[in-house]
Amino acid sequence: MSDRIMSASAALAEALHEEMARDETIFILGEDLTAHAGIFGQFKGIPEKFPGRILDTPISEAAIAGCGVGSALTGMRPIVDFHFSDFVTCGMDEFCNQAAKIRYMFGGQVKLPMVVWCPDGAGLRAAAQHSQSLEAWFVHTPGLKVVVPSEPADVKGLMKASIRDDDPVMFFQHKRLFRREGHVPADPEFIIPLGRAAVKRPGKDVSLLTYGSGFFLCMDAALELAKEGIDAEVVDLRSLKPLDMETVAASVKKTFRAVIVHEACVTGGFGAELAARIQAELFDHLDAPVLRVGAKDVPIPFSPPMEDFVLPKPADVIAAVKTVCYR
Amino acid sequence: MSTDKKKLLEMYRTMVTIRQFETMAGEYFAAGQIPGFIHLSIGQEGSSTGVCSCLRPDDYVATTHRGHGHMIAKGADLKRMVAELFGKVTGYCKGKGGSMHIADFSIGILGANGVVAGGLPLIAGAGLSIKLRKTDQVAVVFFGDGASNRGPVHEAMNMAAIWKLPVLFVVENNQWASTTPQGYACALGDLCQRAAGYNMPGYSVDGNDVLAVRETTLKAVAAARQGEGPSMIENKTYRIRGHFEGDPQKYRDQAEVLTWQEKNDPIRRFEEHLVKSQILTKKKSKVIWDEVKAELDAALEFAQSSPYPKPEDALQDLFVNA
Ligand SMILES: Cc1ncc(C[n+]2csc(CCOP(=O)(O)OP(=O)(O)O)c2C)c(N)n1
Repeated sequence: MSDRIMSASAALAEALHEEMARDETIFILGEDLTAHAGIFGQFKGIPEKFPGRILDTPISEAAIAGCGVGSALTGMRPIVDFHFSDFVTCGMDEFCNQAAKIRYMFGGQVKLPMVVWCPDGAGLRAAAQHSQSLEAWFVHTPGLKVVVPSEPADVKGLMKASIRDDDPVMFFQHKRLFRREGHVPADPEFIIPLGRAAVKRPGKDVSLLTYGSGFFLCMDAALELAKEGIDAEVVDLRSLKPLDMETVAASVKKTFRAVIVHEACVTGGFGAELAARIQAELFDHLDAPVLRVGAKDVPIPFSPPMEDFVLPKPADVIAAVKTVCYR
Repeated sequence: MSTDKKKLLEMYRTMVTIRQFETMAGEYFAAGQIPGFIHLSIGQEGSSTGVCSCLRPDDYVATTHRGHGHMIAKGADLKRMVAELFGKVTGYCKGKGGSMHIADFSIGILGANGVVAGGLPLIAGAGLSIKLRKTDQVAVVFFGDGASNRGPVHEAMNMAAIWKLPVLFVVENNQWASTTPQGYACALGDLCQRAAGYNMPGYSVDGNDVLAVRETTLKAVAAARQGEGPSMIENKTYRIRGHFEGDPQKYRDQAEVLTWQEKNDPIRRFEEHLVKSQILTKKKSKVIWDEVKAELDAALEFAQSSPYPKPEDALQDLFVNA
């Protein structure tokens, strides 16, 4: 079947339409969903097509998250819209103490098929409380799966896999990428299994290991690097938990160098985890230290010159690559 | 309750300042000069002005994403406010916060908040601090009808009640929380009914009647200063603009907006009252509007001619001792 060009938003909506038509236990829950089909228009057509299965809630994050958990435990497959990923803090007990632990604590008695959809990321001048990238918090919580798509096809394939998954999935999608377009397969059974990375640009000199908005930084950087004779391989991790360490290893064994790129601030970010695993598992294959590129360790400031300064840029990726390539 | 003429005119000027500030902000946002997103309080001037007219400079206020009016009514400097909206280094937060995060701790404003209901637990803390320090200050938190459905609201109200903290919980019921009508999201008719759950006084007030707001607030402030504990005030009002500037507003009938705008404008209502009471003339009112305009023009000029922060300034202000 042929590919179509569509935005990340449209890809998300298509995944939801297909899945909701397939399985009537799926429903969507969150604030301000029906009037404008979600505050980013991300649920286009769903209020009309599936009335009663997309529910507007009061501003009550703990109860929204809790309704997700409780309904998942009792036969439904909720998709919880968290408005801005920054507000996960307001549902943290339900996500981290409840959803993440219930199956395990109770000895595997139940399944908890819930997707928490979290629009995240900076660059919209939305300041400190509406711009964060918080995926690492959840990677640090055993019991949650963590997915961070980049291109529209990934959004669709990973959302479908997340919905079909029987465990709780935190799904982070970058706000600035909603309108970005890309090829999306038309096959309604197009699914990207969780835990499968993609080598999106093969190269031989350095591995750029990335996800989410970092992917586009890496692709831009790779183009520039090519002009200088450095052939970068770009690996889009797509899901952080489960993590496709096999694809990472294959890439590093080929290039002997790794730079990890994400928009989240560097300290304690997912890059730290991945760098630790690479040095532990691939030490003999490394010709240089593993470097990380991410935002500076401050909250996201409002004013454009400061926000731009804090966020990682292709130039930062290029500089890190040159360091590990000793150029 | 009698309020002297000077105070009444001051309140009128405050309301006019908020209206003009918000109108200006909307225009400059539309023109692309204000980054990010802004939430305006046009039509809600009676609440901010009425409440803050009862406060002293050393009293505390915690505000919301729709907080420009509260700031102005508490006495904030227009120049530094406009500069913050524009992201300039001369702004209140040196450009780090923007519209949603303005604060002026020197006049007791503990900050706007990007997290709905974020101010309530903090205001309980300010109230506790007042109590521990044994002063007669009061701490006021503004929040929306939508915010009143969040859990932290209830934790804060309960704690303030059991410890008799000098706190005012002011819910501005502007009928809408983003796209959600108030009546959909809460089963109560009057939001002040929540006060009963914490055994504190609760008042529902016509929030577009600035004098009614003032009268109720004076009562609640006096009780708080005398150690009688917290109160809740619901100011019933209406959000005239979209939730944020640029909101397509498919969720409401513009006729509803027009009705409020034309029949229940808090500034016009107060103006009519002042004229009838021979405190204000049409001529004097025009002078006030013009003076406010001149003051705002100066603030705009200040903001526009101010520099942006340096990129590296982003690394400052995180810790006291890095
Ligand atoms: C905890 C949290 N949830 C959701 C939001 C998104 N949000 C921002 S303002 C708003 C509506 C607030 O309504 P209300 O409290 O009535 O205040 P109003 O905007 O009407 O002044 C929402 C849902 C947020 N900022 N914080």
